[in-house]
Amino acid sequence: MSEWKAIAEMAADVQSGRVTAAELVEQSLAAIKEHAEFNAIIATLADAARARAKVIDERVAKGEVIGRLAGVPFIAKDNFLVFGAETTAASNILKGFNAPYQATAIEKLEAEGAICVAKANLDAFAHGSSTENSDFFTTLNPHDKTRVPGGSSGGSAASVVLQLAPFALGSDTGGSIRLPASFTGCVGLKPTYGLVSRSGVVAMGSSLDCIGPLTNSVEDAALVLDSMAGRDPLDSTTIERDTEGYAIHEAVSIAGAKIGVIKEYMGEGLDSGVKARITAAIEVLKKAGAEISEVSLPSLPLGLAVYYVLTPAEVSSNLSRYDGQRYGHYTADAKDLHESYTRTRETGFGAEAKRRIMIGTYVLSSGYYDAYYKKAQTVRTKVIREFAEAFEHYDFLLGPTAPMTAFEIGANVDDPLQMYLTDIMTVAANLAGVPAISIPCGLSDNLPVGLQLFAAQKHDRQLLAIAAKAEEIIG
Amino acid sequence: MAKLSREDVLKLARLARISLTDEEVEKYAEELSAILQYVEQLSAVDVTGLEPTNQVTGLTNVMRKDEVIDYGYEPAKLLENVPAVQDSHLKVKRMLT
Repeated sequence: MSEWKAIAEMAADVQSGRVTAAELVEQSLAAIKEHAEFNAIIATLADAARARAKVIDERVAKGEVIGRLAGVPFIAKDNFLVFGAETTAASNILKGFNAPYQATAIEKLEAEGAICVAKANLDAFAHGSSTENSDFFTTLNPHDKTRVPGGSSGGSAASVVLQLAPFALGSDTGGSIRLPASFTGCVGLKPTYGLVSRSGVVAMGSSLDCIGPLTNSVEDAALVLDSMAGRDPLDSTTIERDTEGYAIHEAVSIAGAKIGVIKEYMGEGLDSGVKARITAAIEVLKKAGAEISEVSLPSLPLGLAVYYVLTPAEVSSNLSRYDGQRYGHYTADAKDLHESYTRTRETGFGAEAKRRIMIGTYVLSSGYYDAYYKKAQTVRTKVIREFAEAFEHYDFLLGPTAPMTAFEIGANVDDPLQMYLTDIMTVAANLAGVPAISIPCGLSDNLPVGLQLFAAQKHDRQLLAIAAKAEEIIG
Repeated sequence: MAKLSREDVLKLARLARISLTDEEVEKYAEELSAILQYVEQLSAVDVTGLEPTNQVTGLTNVMRKDEVIDYGYEPAKLLENVPAVQDSHLKVKRMLT
């Protein structure tokens, strides 16, 4: 189905003049137009993208070296600040906001020659698992238009699968890259916490937020991560990059790799079709020589409760800045400042943002802080310890990305708690700050299944290498 | 078990500077109570000897020099997003009524 070559190959073609950046940008813009019915895209940056392509092609003609992503188009989730289009985070409150600066991730990709062509749909402020919380529209699953693409980076995932661009950027606070990758059948990587700068990305849960790529292959994901990773003075939570980089240069062997299958993710609540695909993949990996056994991390099922205390708390704090005074939606006829705040936030925030802001306000309020927030942070320590213990015995951990395949549009909208349960297998990686990747693992009833692999913190390079091999073997 | 009343929801909305319609108050009282009941399973977890985690990669106090860095942002450009401006200042509604 992939209509784009591997990213490294495409960039080499642009550099050598076999194809122009302008041609790649036009191909991407045409695909976006052709698949508009899927609602993957909020805005295109056609003018800015064409102008950048022209400059790159002129530089190639002069014999200049462009970079490892020379002329390669990409799509950014609309919570990344990018020049050339509004940044809305799919929220009414940010409508009309034109970023005065760009996200560091965008700057780094542009420095390698990549070209942002469009902004993708998401659940507003990245709050959700289906894109149904977008204040604008719901993105449709490329495999079945009656189903959701997952979320919150659902527009990014659908873009990759619809071949609108060779890669897309997403953000992952509790699974928002991996879940839509699983539901749509592409690769989604959440790196180690702090490996990619979040400067210029609309903040959600700051102790959890990570940025990563959605791609057609693990090799592409590795190259994109390699272009973005590392310390940034504008984000003090960033960490040093691996001195060996992340790009995959040669195939590793999976023989002898110690992989633990997370017991808590394979039991009750797991769809039987998903379980069958994951079990079949485990057998294939075993045949290839991987040493696979079951491992128990008993606190993981508590992860979702921890997540739904910490995230609303951090959301309520991060979203306090949207008051209509400095940018975005504004209530012109309010009689005083207080009314200006409350009416701006009433009409500018959707139901889920309000829900999270109020839960966050509750769990952080005096008298409840210890019982909810502090307790959740302490149970988080328990989850982290169990991961650390598991990684003393295993190189990697494995499980499904989600307990189910893509659900029907509207199935969970009246039950927020049911919607939250979609994230049950993805949140733990964010709580522990470890890298995790979702790779396609066949179909169940014609819908994609995602296989999730985890590694210890700062083992992103090893995770990508083994995931590339697993991708090849599972097919 | 946390069960939020109408008054609780109105108080939270007031603290968070959000106006709610009567319908929303009813809806949120129910939904927020259900979410709080779900997360209350944490109260039964034994965490003896464990400290809360605030930062997962172990970074503490990342310092930088206290100096001006010129990112080249034009004040006029930054003010383009401001809904109400007067003489290069943000204009807000009256604070005292």
